[in-house]
Amino acid sequence: MSTPTAVETALEHSTLFRFATAGSVDDGKSTLVGRLLHDSKSVLADQLDAVARTSAERGFGGERGGLDLALLTDGLRAEREQGITIDVAYRYFATANRTFILADTPGHVQYTKNTVTGASTADAVVVLIDARKGVLEQTRRHLAVARLLRVAHIIVAVNKIDLVDYSEAVFRDVEAQLKQAARELKVDEPAIIPVSALEGDNVVDRSEKTPWYGGPSLLETLEQLPALADLETDVEAFRFPVQTVIRPQGAVAPGLDADTYRDYRGYAGQVAAGSIRVGDAVTVQPAGRVTTVTGIDFAGQELDEAFAPQSVVLRLADDIDIARGDLLAEAGPAASLPQPTQDLYAALCWLSPKPLKEGSRLLIKHGSRTVQGLVRQVINKLDLATFADQPASGLELNDIGTVHIRLAAALPVDNYINFRRTGAFLVIDPSDGNTLAAGLVESDHLELAAREDERYDI
Amino acid sequence: MSSYTNTYEVAVGAASDAAPAPSRDGNAASSIASRSDSGGSLPNARELASGPSADTLDATPWAASDAAPRVAHQGAASAVPARQSAHLAASAQHRLSSLDALESEAIHIIREVVAEFERPALLFSGGKDSVVMLHLATKAFWPGKVPFPVLHVDTGHNFPEVLEFRDRTVERLGIRLVVGSVQEYIDRGELSERTDGTRNPLQTVPLLDTINANRFDAVFGGGRRDEDKARAKERILSLRDEFGQWDPRNQRPELWNLYNGRHTVGQHVRAFPISNWTELDVWRYIERENIELPGLYYAHPREVFRRDGMWRAVGEVSQPTEKETVETRTVRYRTVGDMSCTGAVESDAATVAEVVREVALSTLTERGATRADDRISEAAMEDRKKDGYF
Repeated sequence: MSTPTAVETALEHSTLFRFATAGSVDDGKSTLVGRLLHDSKSVLADQLDAVARTSAERGFGGERGGLDLALLTDGLRAEREQGITIDVAYRYFATANRTFILADTPGHVQYTKNTVTGASTADAVVVLIDARKGVLEQTRRHLAVARLLRVAHIIVAVNKIDLVDYSEAVFRDVEAQLKQAARELKVDEPAIIPVSALEGDNVVDRSEKTPWYGGPSLLETLEQLPALADLETDVEAFRFPVQTVIRPQGAVAPGLDADTYRDYRGYAGQVAAGSIRVGDAVTVQPAGRVTTVTGIDFAGQELDEAFAPQSVVLRLADDIDIARGDLLAEAGPAASLPQPTQDLYAALCWLSPKPLKEGSRLLIKHGSRTVQGLVRQVINKLDLATFADQPASGLELNDIGTVHIRLAAALPVDNYINFRRTGAFLVIDPSDGNTLAAGLVESDHLELAAREDERYDI
Repeated sequence: MSSYTNTYEVAVGAASDAAPAPSRDGNAASSIASRSDSGGSLPNARELASGPSADTLDATPWAASDAAPRVAHQGAASAVPARQSAHLAASAQHRLSSLDALESEAIHIIREVVAEFERPALLFSGGKDSVVMLHLATKAFWPGKVPFPVLHVDTGHNFPEVLEFRDRTVERLGIRLVVGSVQEYIDRGELSERTDGTRNPLQTVPLLDTINANRFDAVFGGGRRDEDKARAKERILSLRDEFGQWDPRNQRPELWNLYNGRHTVGQHVRAFPISNWTELDVWRYIERENIELPGLYYAHPREVFRRDGMWRAVGEVSQPTEKETVETRTVRYRTVGDMSCTGAVESDAATVAEVVREVALSTLTERGATRADDRISEAAMEDRKKDGYF
């Protein structure tokens, strides 16, 4: 075997980057994703064979022939039969220093459900628009959802630029519409890229046909943007939902001495935010007791430090009662800690055909804890066209609204604005177990909850 | 043009200048630069299908010099808006490699399932994905032992060396093995042999019966989304009804890393912690963690014959017809399933490092190259999954 290959050395340094695509029907999203996979050489010969065969059978491209790259993302037979895409599909490709996980979200019917799902784990969202159509209501919805879910980067691919003869004037017009929409929706100005998914312009390679555009291609942009963890881990305070307590009590892994680990007690979990070092003080929420980290274990290694999103086991100084569902947080002034509360004020993205009504009983899953909740009030819902709040008494599929939920037990929640992981929760239907909504804790929830407490005190 | 994209261009240029990346065949060329050679035009399909042309080899996605990633990130720092670049500079030490991030995600999922379900089990065939799953489970619960049994559906056509490996592994880890036997169903007349001799689709009924008999409420599998387009739409926690059926139209949205495993009586959940891994990730992990695999994953001489464009081993259940000639070739297996439908590939990759390189350079998907059952139709996997396959 020759040298440690370039493949191996590059891979050691490769980091993950997750992004989601969002677009309306017929804006060429499948072709764009296919183009990205194809031009980044992520498509293997047998897959390409199948695409070439089907393209020829269907007479794609007329006389000129060619490959219908949309077929690369062609999904299930159930979908082909109905001519629709029914669910988020995940795709994988890699470049020199990044491994990409792409959540390919279909753009209709349950578009909010799909976009929310894709955006919830994404470092970036690529919103697709048709150069001929410009900013549509659905574009505004996609931007609004990306903003609500606090996706770090929004990239807009202005597609079908070939169909407007690579016209700068058309692009500038769409760009102006986008900047206007971004201002209205209070979204940071997105990166805007003119592309032709069909012809490959500015998708992977920079195009010579858009000399008026000096920026990077879509893939170059995706390669260079910092991942969310890069932006957050060093500035966020430590958060660690306890998943399970590890107490072998004699049932030790092979090769370990049972006596040495007889009294071992460690708290297993994934660091949700920030970092922690041996010797640091942590607060156990919701109980509020403070203790010290005496050890960080990972599969036989003792670590000095753990950071998001590592999965580790923490050992603590005091023998206090800690179980699954508890949250360990960096000790500090009260304002920096997650505040256990029974009154949850949150935005909900309603993802179920079953509507939400005031008075509904729900389950709330936050971190590793699930508690019962009662919907006291639907405060308002968002008009996604104008981004204005409007009064509401319920939420339906694809609605985004603010609600007050009274909890059966206190949950130590953070603001979603500051903590994407510990500020988020699931809303679950207690009758059939289905996921009904994505919940995001409002930034002023403490203030609102305090007011609520006063009301109950009187 | 926003100032953002203007500064950006400079950085991309700087990154590719500073980091000439060797391509797959070792020539110095930055991957970005080499991509622009193709000018965005489509390579001729026939040319690509006929084998790895210079073009396909050239712009390997993962080729880069040793220094490339770091230099590239420094380049990026000057490009991003000031608000972000400060964080970026500070965060260099707190960055997980993609493999570490995937490992952490998988361990988080394994722990969630073990914490929330009463009777989990792991599908364990001795194949590389299930071996990686078991390895992840040992890491997740250290210093405790793996807190669940493993389950294998034996088609009766399994490779003997893989069964031997399976038994040795469970004994070493001190865990319980539950076996469902396709052969027993056939002997009892409850399943009948298919005309094509493939037993993979026959696994479904014994699998479901074994799950029910043991009252397993969560079953881990090593399925990956990069394997097949039906699997690309699979959830990490996949709810199955009492018939084990997968309903792609009715999947729960999976948000953040909050997994909803609630199920009713009769339902169970399939959990796929390495959903986001690719075949290459699996092999890199096997190399890094020094994980033992059955020997047939590595190049070895074997008596084989050609069928359906694949090399098939000569064995009790796979005999050549008169027209097929038996020869001895150096082969290895990329997937290990039922002997009657799993083909070998010609390969000299005898060590894990050589396999990593071979997989990185491969021009065929692993199922396309080695699974006859997935060639039955474009939707073969989709159909099997709907019927309760894993």
